[in-house]
Amino acid sequence: MSIEIKTHSVEPIRQTYGHIARRFGDKPASRYQEASFDIEAKTNFHYRPLWDPQHTLNDPTRTAIRMDDWYAVTDPRQFYYGAYVGNRAKMQEAAESSYGFSEKRNLLTRMPDATREQLLRLMVPLRHVELGANMNNSKIAGDATATTVAQMHIYQAMDRLGMGQYLSRIALMIDGSTGAALDQSKGYWMTDELWQPMRRLVEDSLVVDDWFELTLLQNLLIDGLLYPLVYDKMDQWLGEQDAEDISMLTEFMRDWFKESLRWTNAMVKTVAGESEANQALLQSWINHWEPRVYSALKPLADASTGVAALDELRDQLATRLNKLGLQSQGESA
Amino acid sequence: MSQLVFIAFQDNDNARYLVDAIAADNPEAEVQHQPAMIRIQAEKRLVINRETMEEVLGREWDVQEMLIDVISIGGNVDEDDDHFILQWN
Amino acid sequence: MAIKNKKLNLKDKYQYLTRDMAWDPSYQKKEDIFPDEQFEGIKISDWSQWEDPFRLTMDAYWKYQAEKEKKLYAIFDAFAQNNGHQNISDARYVNALKLFLSGVSPLEYAAFQGYARVGRQFSGAGARVACQMQAIDELRHSQTQQHAMSHYNKHFNGLHDAAHMHDRVWFLSVPKSFFDDARSAGPFEFLTAISFSFEYVLTNLLFVPFMSGAAYNGDMATVTFGFSAQSDEARHMTLGLEVIKFILEQHEDNVPIVQRWIDKWFWRGFRLLSLVGMMMDYMLPNKVMSWAEAWEVYYEQNGGALFKDLERYGIRPPKYQDIANDAKHHVSHQAWSTFYQYGQATNFHTWMPTGEEMAWLSEKYPDTFDKYYRPRFEHWAKEHAEGRRFYNNTLPQLCQVCQIPTIFTEKDDPGQLSHRQIVHEGERYHFCSDGCCDIFRHEPEKYVQAWLPVHQIYQGNCDGGDVETVVAKYYHINIGEDNFEYIGSPEHQRWLAIKGKAPEPAPERSGQDAA
Repeated sequence: MSIEIKTHSVEPIRQTYGHIARRFGDKPASRYQEASFDIEAKTNFHYRPLWDPQHTLNDPTRTAIRMDDWYAVTDPRQFYYGAYVGNRAKMQEAAESSYGFSEKRNLLTRMPDATREQLLRLMVPLRHVELGANMNNSKIAGDATATTVAQMHIYQAMDRLGMGQYLSRIALMIDGSTGAALDQSKGYWMTDELWQPMRRLVEDSLVVDDWFELTLLQNLLIDGLLYPLVYDKMDQWLGEQDAEDISMLTEFMRDWFKESLRWTNAMVKTVAGESEANQALLQSWINHWEPRVYSALKPLADASTGVAALDELRDQLATRLNKLGLQSQGESA
Repeated sequence: MSQLVFIAFQDNDNARYLVDAIAADNPEAEVQHQPAMIRIQAEKRLVINRETMEEVLGREWDVQEMLIDVISIGGNVDEDDDHFILQWN
Repeated sequence: MAIKNKKLNLKDKYQYLTRDMAWDPSYQKKEDIFPDEQFEGIKISDWSQWEDPFRLTMDAYWKYQAEKEKKLYAIFDAFAQNNGHQNISDARYVNALKLFLSGVSPLEYAAFQGYARVGRQFSGAGARVACQMQAIDELRHSQTQQHAMSHYNKHFNGLHDAAHMHDRVWFLSVPKSFFDDARSAGPFEFLTAISFSFEYVLTNLLFVPFMSGAAYNGDMATVTFGFSAQSDEARHMTLGLEVIKFILEQHEDNVPIVQRWIDKWFWRGFRLLSLVGMMMDYMLPNKVMSWAEAWEVYYEQNGGALFKDLERYGIRPPKYQDIANDAKHHVSHQAWSTFYQYGQATNFHTWMPTGEEMAWLSEKYPDTFDKYYRPRFEHWAKEHAEGRRFYNNTLPQLCQVCQIPTIFTEKDDPGQLSHRQIVHEGERYHFCSDGCCDIFRHEPEKYVQAWLPVHQIYQGNCDGGDVETVVAKYYHINIGEDNFEYIGSPEHQRWLAIKGKAPEPAPERSGQDAA
């Protein structure tokens, strides 16, 4: 059998899909590009949703933010699904080895009772905040109208579920997997004065209808103060309370938050930079929510690191927002 | 009328061990080889036991490892640490 | 406190790690947090009865899924680096992929959106988490399909603008309206439609025999993504069955509502799968099994066992199942005939089966193929051989619900086209069947909204009044490259060149075959 392959027949006739070429030119495209741009339906929807007849499916007016092209918001990490799970698989492998080590050496059960009690009161209830964040991000993923935006939020939703699970495992290690510590911790979330402003804030976030307002509130404002407060400041403080071993169990959260800054900053910067109207709207949402986030975290700071630590973080958030063309009530703003 | 449950695996090395374990625990099951896949069906009930798999593999085996190679199933699923059962009531 | 660590069993651990993170709200009303849970009339008295269909924590999810993705992308890379497209059975095969990328992949994306939404809507956290995991899986499928087809797109026509086409092209409104229908419904209907009726009852027909067929035709990239996606599908199917059992167990008033949804979505899915039947019987050069055989195994046998299991809840098999079971002998031939005639307006090529392929069809469809379809096909083949390849220039009448042209025939009279019509608020609406007509009758206010491609062309909403302008400008189908007859097409010539053969403008067909 002799098969003569003519060179021209193995040359590609095009380098990428038409919709990718229209954006980036007809050249070989990255996996991120082919997975993320213009694959979502845009027009000619057949039926109005029974649950929201004022809008069509994939309706860009489900937020009051206006973008000429939502695909202008992109992910600096260039996560498509495969890249995302590959990255998280590595992170979980490291976390698994820490949790395994901690479990094997009984690191948590060796802590003083009072310290364990503090973990259950001050840290483990955050698993409920994570579940709220999970719900909010799932809603945003369903409402956002460009894959580049929607996919970042479904990754975020699943991350929050995962981190809620890690926090739960801390309690399961403390109580020897009976669930008693989780019940105790949930009791704090439901009734302890310390958590009520936070629980109210999370429940209020669950009825925010505008998905961009919600991503700003959840992924920038709440996380922007909560993560550094709990996983940096409180982590240091716990170390001083003979709970330094907890630090390796929250490494995932620290790495995760640092990474999330990249895309949340990029997203808000692009949206604020699009128009003065967008910027004004974002500013009004910040004015409304930032003080509430601060007060919701104040009792937690009070009971642990001291309010000065929270004030310092509030200033840092203000600096961060400044770089995005926005302002908040921190001192350095 | 007969009520068949079934499970289909990608035809790969993992599947060969699974098929051996299934055949050992479900002597009535019928194994069908199709392009790129292996389909196993049985009347009413099909069980995959962790213990049998561990014997066949000579190592510890988590029931959830199976998720990587399954293509499809038919039947109610009952899954725990020790087994994965498909059945019709 | 003296504490001994003991390993949790899978079920207990999973409950602690998912639904126990939820709480009863007190600062906001439950019905404001979950506003969409009531309006369909489904009564849920106790979400704690929800059985988690699978128990995968996120750490395990990341681990297993990353492993799957690693394997998958290694194969995509190898396929592209080795020009794997040259090893497929025949270039005609790629036309099935064109239909897949423009017809099915956008549905994976719509499923991602739908599950992300219902993954927020249910007040039961166990159900939410299961739906969210399916959401991100569906995103995976839509993206791996783009990547699997990326290499084919560089070497074949018709794959270059799938999402754009999905929003516009006449036959792609069939799959699009199917998913729009589900996504615009309430959360419980969405799950009954997609998780149960589609994933559990019908999706095997698309993914299992067709992907096995891809393997048989040398398409390593497609079979790999197909089966890798199916490994997620096993979880989705389990969710589908759990959802139905849960709703039915919660309240007896749910039974008639669910039964109506099952009737509706079985019929809608069955109509949608006509396209898959045609892919299997006509577009796979090497055949694994016929559509009728696949229907027998994956619907009649497996579906039969399933509905027998559901009898105890007062659920019966879908209405018009007998019509669907009988139609397995016809639908693939009727669909292929239609696409053959309208090949000027498709992003893939069509052709008449070779003599050998017709012999296979006769063998697989002994009661119908020779009697009803072979004479028509031989006539068209002859016309083509004589330089008169047949194209139908009259735009077809579409069914108001499934949006397929009204091409199907009556169950007991295959010579008679099935057609129903009713007048609603002074307008006349047309349907392909009682199944579709019933669906309309129950929710006319929904189906009158349908974006029917033929009507839209006539109303001048598609960039032009004549088919050629619509096809080129509005659909982005490259005329003379993507569409028309396969034999003699630029793609056919290219394939012959790859295989080192001389160009061949005429159909491959011996005189003896056409007897």
